[in-house]
Amino acid sequence: MSKLTFARAINAGLRKSLENDPKVVLMGEDIGSLGGVFRVTDGLQKDFGKHRVIDSPLAESGIIGTAVGLAYRGYRPVCEIQFDGFIYPAFDQIVSQVAKMHYRTQGRVKMPITIRVPFGGGIGSPEHHSESPEAYFTHTSGLRVVAVSNPQDAYTMIQQAIASDDPVLYFEPKRRYHDKGDVDESIDLSRALPLDKAAVVNAGDDVTLVAYGPLVKTAKDAAMAAADEGISVEVIDLRSLAPVDYPVVEASVRKTGRLVITHEAGQSGGLGAEIAASITERCFNYLESAPVRITGFDVPYPYSKLEMHHLPDLDRILDGVDRALGRPNSLSGLEG
Amino acid sequence: MLTDQAGKGVHDDAPGPGLSAQISLRTGGDLLQLVSPDGERISHPEFDVWVKDVGDEQLCSLYEDMTVIRRIDAEATALQRQGELALWPPLLGQEAAQIGSSRSLRDDDFVFPSYRESGVAYVRGAHLSEIARVWRGNASYGWDPQRINLATPQIIIGSQSLHATGYAMGVQLDGANTAVLAYFGDGATSEGDVNEAMVFAASYQAPVVFFCQNNHWAISEPVRIQSHVQLADRPTGFGIPSMRVDGNDVLAVMAATRVALDRARKGGGPTFIEAVTYRMGPHTTADDPTRYRDPIELEDWAAKDPILRLRKLLEAKGLLTDDVEARVKAKADDVAGELRSSCIGMPDPQPLDVFNHVYSTPNSWIERQKDHYSRYLNSFSQPVEFSQPVEEGAR
Repeated sequence: MSKLTFARAINAGLRKSLENDPKVVLMGEDIGSLGGVFRVTDGLQKDFGKHRVIDSPLAESGIIGTAVGLAYRGYRPVCEIQFDGFIYPAFDQIVSQVAKMHYRTQGRVKMPITIRVPFGGGIGSPEHHSESPEAYFTHTSGLRVVAVSNPQDAYTMIQQAIASDDPVLYFEPKRRYHDKGDVDESIDLSRALPLDKAAVVNAGDDVTLVAYGPLVKTAKDAAMAAADEGISVEVIDLRSLAPVDYPVVEASVRKTGRLVITHEAGQSGGLGAEIAASITERCFNYLESAPVRITGFDVPYPYSKLEMHHLPDLDRILDGVDRALGRPNSLSGLEG
Repeated sequence: MLTDQAGKGVHDDAPGPGLSAQISLRTGGDLLQLVSPDGERISHPEFDVWVKDVGDEQLCSLYEDMTVIRRIDAEATALQRQGELALWPPLLGQEAAQIGSSRSLRDDDFVFPSYRESGVAYVRGAHLSEIARVWRGNASYGWDPQRINLATPQIIIGSQSLHATGYAMGVQLDGANTAVLAYFGDGATSEGDVNEAMVFAASYQAPVVFFCQNNHWAISEPVRIQSHVQLADRPTGFGIPSMRVDGNDVLAVMAATRVALDRARKGGGPTFIEAVTYRMGPHTTADDPTRYRDPIELEDWAAKDPILRLRKLLEAKGLLTDDVEARVKAKADDVAGELRSSCIGMPDPQPLDVFNHVYSTPNSWIERQKDHYSRYLNSFSQPVEFSQPVEEGAR
């Protein structure tokens, strides 16, 4: 067991994948001698060579489109999109090519491509550097979408993503890159929790609180604070955003009868809406109150002096818990 | 090269002293022609050597392939009019460009086509039912790409140029002696992906050939809306040499493609070929070119018909015997008959097939939907008749 930062944990996972499979190649802007703008690929080009860790031209569609060709040739490309807001030029290649090639060819051509995306806010960046574009991709069949929340998962899930024969969007919460945690580097991947499974990270009886990526830590902090007031919150780390592991969420809501979902992305058409609807369909007779969403606002990601208002924090999440429980809250007395 | 953008890398010995290196690419705006529209053989000091092995028999065989794919095209268009195909993208007029280029490929080369390269698919060995089923709506792919080293038809304009470049980068990593060829049209040269593909191909000196069939029309938009300069001038700005060839001259297309493939295999990097040709039919069977095209333009190009040109050459050489004519006609008849019967006899896919192969591993969302839909279908006391709808209008 070693103590690693989030970024180092991903680095260690990438290293392991590069060592284990000669078909794994890394591609992206500045990932070579610089080690990426967040240093996630630090030292990998030095150790594996410029042909395995490829500094690419500044062209996101080109990065993903050439990865499609490499996958056609039997490679397992791992692409880094430098920032969440830079993924849009590659959108067509991701949703029209990467996602559909397996279906289009009825399994003849596999797309084992991993697309790493540092996402989310909280680091005081200018615009296009703090977005949460996950819903665009969870809406696209053929893609697996995961978001990691701790160094151990970051280490394990990057290797699982690379080993997956399906394309995986791997969202990394950039404001957690420097958080440290225990990482068991000898973990047996085949016995680790599968890539598409959610995890209950805090057991509780009164409310189910669903989070992923950067907000899992905030959700756990909120659960601790709620416990001080005698409220028992069950926190679920979704891990997989597409597909969502509904049986785990469902079992929890059947126990607690109440559901709060939190994410940084805007509310409309977001993952919270999908989870609220699906859980309502599955657990309507168990719900004691309407599902509550605590999310970013339906605004472009704001300039950094305002981002603390946009991002769900511990207090807003607790306010949502109060709403789910029918306790006095900021919207008390508001009808509809 | 992939290992070092400065130029040293996997193929340090490139380009070799091969013949391709002796040709100064970018033929200066001249249209490379080896056969005139009147069927006269034009000698060319640099390119003749690339087709010197094309003897009488091969000329007849090129004529056969071109005639057969014109017949495939006509039969498929008829099948669409009869409601057997949902859509068909005709290639009438582009036979020399498709046959000349695809007949230059080796089996181990890999090809990324657009949606119009049915002639290329025929040459690569796709079954006629495989060519038909995409357009009938029975599948999104025709053939197994790995079986004939031909990717599935690409609908998104120019997307495949990046796939070809990535594949070529993989070829480099493997140290293989293989070339990759991407087909696209004049309209695609406006797309970002084609331009990004040229950036990547030039940076890594990837062994890829960009084969642009300039057929003058992107649906209703003439090529002058796509480009203010000749298309063959564009790649030079990326550091990629180019050739501009008469795309209705099968010999010239063959010579140019062979030069480019040879350069790629010898580590000489990417090449761009602009094959100047003409789409004599509509963009697809849903299109009506009389709304946007001057009939005189069509007449001009009909005079440069690629099959007619080869016929004239064969006649001048005394090769177009009754035997040859009969053999080619019989082959075209056979192929057209097989296309028709395999199309009409094709079984519809099963309802639950809609859920198959979205992922290579199970996905809980889809499994649940498949289960629910299966229960729904089974809820009918009488089995439901599933007919295959035939729709027009899709691109």
